[in-house]
Amino acid sequence: MSPELLAALTVFVLAILVGFAVISKVPATLHTPLMSGANSIHGIVLVGSMFIAVEATDLASQVLSLVAVAFAAMNVVGGYVVTDRMLQMFKRKPVAPKTVDLPTERAEG
Amino acid sequence: MDYETISILVRLAWLAGASAFVIGLMRMNSPATARNGNLLSAGGMAVAIAATAIVLLARPTEGGEFNGIGWAIIVVGIAIGGGAGLYTARTVKMTAMPQLVSLFNAVGGGAAALIAIDDYLGLGVAPSPQVNVATVLDIVIGSITFTGSLIASGKLQGLIAGKPIMIPGGRIVTAGLAAITVVGAFYLWAGNLSVPVMLIILAAALIFGVTMVLPIGGADMPVVISLLNSFTGTAVAMAGFVLGNDVLIIAGALVGASGAILTKLMADAMNRSVINIMIGGFGGGEGTVAEAGSGGSVRAIGADDVAIQLAYAQHVIVVPGYGLAVAQAQHAVRELAELLEEKGVDVKYAIHPVAGRMPGHMNVLLAEANVPYPQLKEMEEINPEFERCDVALVVGANDVTNPAARRPGSPVSGMPILDVDKARSIVVIKRSMGRGYAGIDNELYTNPKTGMLFADAKDGLASLTAAVKAL
Repeated sequence: MSPELLAALTVFVLAILVGFAVISKVPATLHTPLMSGANSIHGIVLVGSMFIAVEATDLASQVLSLVAVAFAAMNVVGGYVVTDRMLQMFKRKPVAPKTVDLPTERAEG
Repeated sequence: MDYETISILVRLAWLAGASAFVIGLMRMNSPATARNGNLLSAGGMAVAIAATAIVLLARPTEGGEFNGIGWAIIVVGIAIGGGAGLYTARTVKMTAMPQLVSLFNAVGGGAAALIAIDDYLGLGVAPSPQVNVATVLDIVIGSITFTGSLIASGKLQGLIAGKPIMIPGGRIVTAGLAAITVVGAFYLWAGNLSVPVMLIILAAALIFGVTMVLPIGGADMPVVISLLNSFTGTAVAMAGFVLGNDVLIIAGALVGASGAILTKLMADAMNRSVINIMIGGFGGGEGTVAEAGSGGSVRAIGADDVAIQLAYAQHVIVVPGYGLAVAQAQHAVRELAELLEEKGVDVKYAIHPVAGRMPGHMNVLLAEANVPYPQLKEMEEINPEFERCDVALVVGANDVTNPAARRPGSPVSGMPILDVDKARSIVVIKRSMGRGYAGIDNELYTNPKTGMLFADAKDGLASLTAAVKAL
């Protein structure tokens, strides 16, 4: 086993342990946003897709890397935006007296 | 600055990005810090991607020529994918959000698989066994999550029937595909370089993803999506091994492990085991024969009667369920609740952990409709209050209120339920006497205290609001 691979394996195992530890007692309310948040994190695959794209010289590689970059970018951007939309709704609204309850214009959807 | 220095700085930037992912996830464990945690994670992602662009620009290329096409691919790819992601994420209805998350998961897994495929096609000689293991695992896991997540998304969107689909001999087909994948993988690991074998593995894994998810019922999709999310994380970590890139390994392993824990938490909330779900067939209701109407007769009730009950009640508990989500009735329920509060009625919402389509989904829907967060009560908190509540208004919830869950011998046995039957009076808004996911009758409906208001959740709530106003 090469030293590089050994180092990579060390990082891998430790990151798994961190992943197990990082989720503690999560209220059920947050299960969906948390899943969506984790979903955006694996959008890091965009970094890998960029590496194969700059090295693409033949047509097959160019097509594969274009699809990979587009897929990964969709994962990253969409994932974070939709998670934020979900979490935005958890913001604690000030308990305002009913008379000043201005009807705020909300874009539908 | 020379390339060596840039390379070190970029690695440090990746480390910062990975740390932001970890801290961001930790902050997402609690409602107060969750949004901030997600933004931190997004910031880490932006740093990691920018650093990658810098190191790729600074990297001395062979022959010193700039790969213009490669950069065009990156720019165009990010524009297309990022644009599509941004547009769909901003325009999706909150009720359709679970299937969108599944779609994002599918493309992430697809990208991870494509990296390994591209890497494999570029090989001149068989790579070292260790790298080969990662490459093959990346192709297999990435492909399974790609098609599996697409099917899960299609099921939630209603493009594919939500009920378990049993293909004749499906188990054998699935097992056969698994066998092909394993044999092919070992062949490649043994040091053989063969593109056709790689393609066979790819095809088998893609079909396996389909046959794995098809037999699972729509009610279990949240757990399946979460599991596939964990798979994608693992595939991305494998892509990190293929490319020798630490940030992919860290982020992938982080999601793989935290996703696995989250999957277990979700399954626990439904009193289901992950293995049971993956074996599938729960929602089919084949083994349990329960005749409709076996438990007595049902009492239908009109909107005016319900309005009087509600307006003169002191405590009302609203039990929103899946039917409310599909009817997009979250705004209608908030209107009715506000009207009742003006009349001095105390209104609370009882949120079952799996109400809606996903754990926590109902909270999101009600929050979208501006329902004050403190009115949303989790199951443990609200259950003792049903005894003191005058009217429990059940809107499109079914299995999570079925008292049969307290007894053994029913498909829902052991599932934690809301103690709706303890309320002094119960009103159920429901379109018909149709069954829930579990495919069994709900004894709550034949309870003498229960009145059934047969209507679509949105229309039913609107007619109640009108009737309360008219009082």
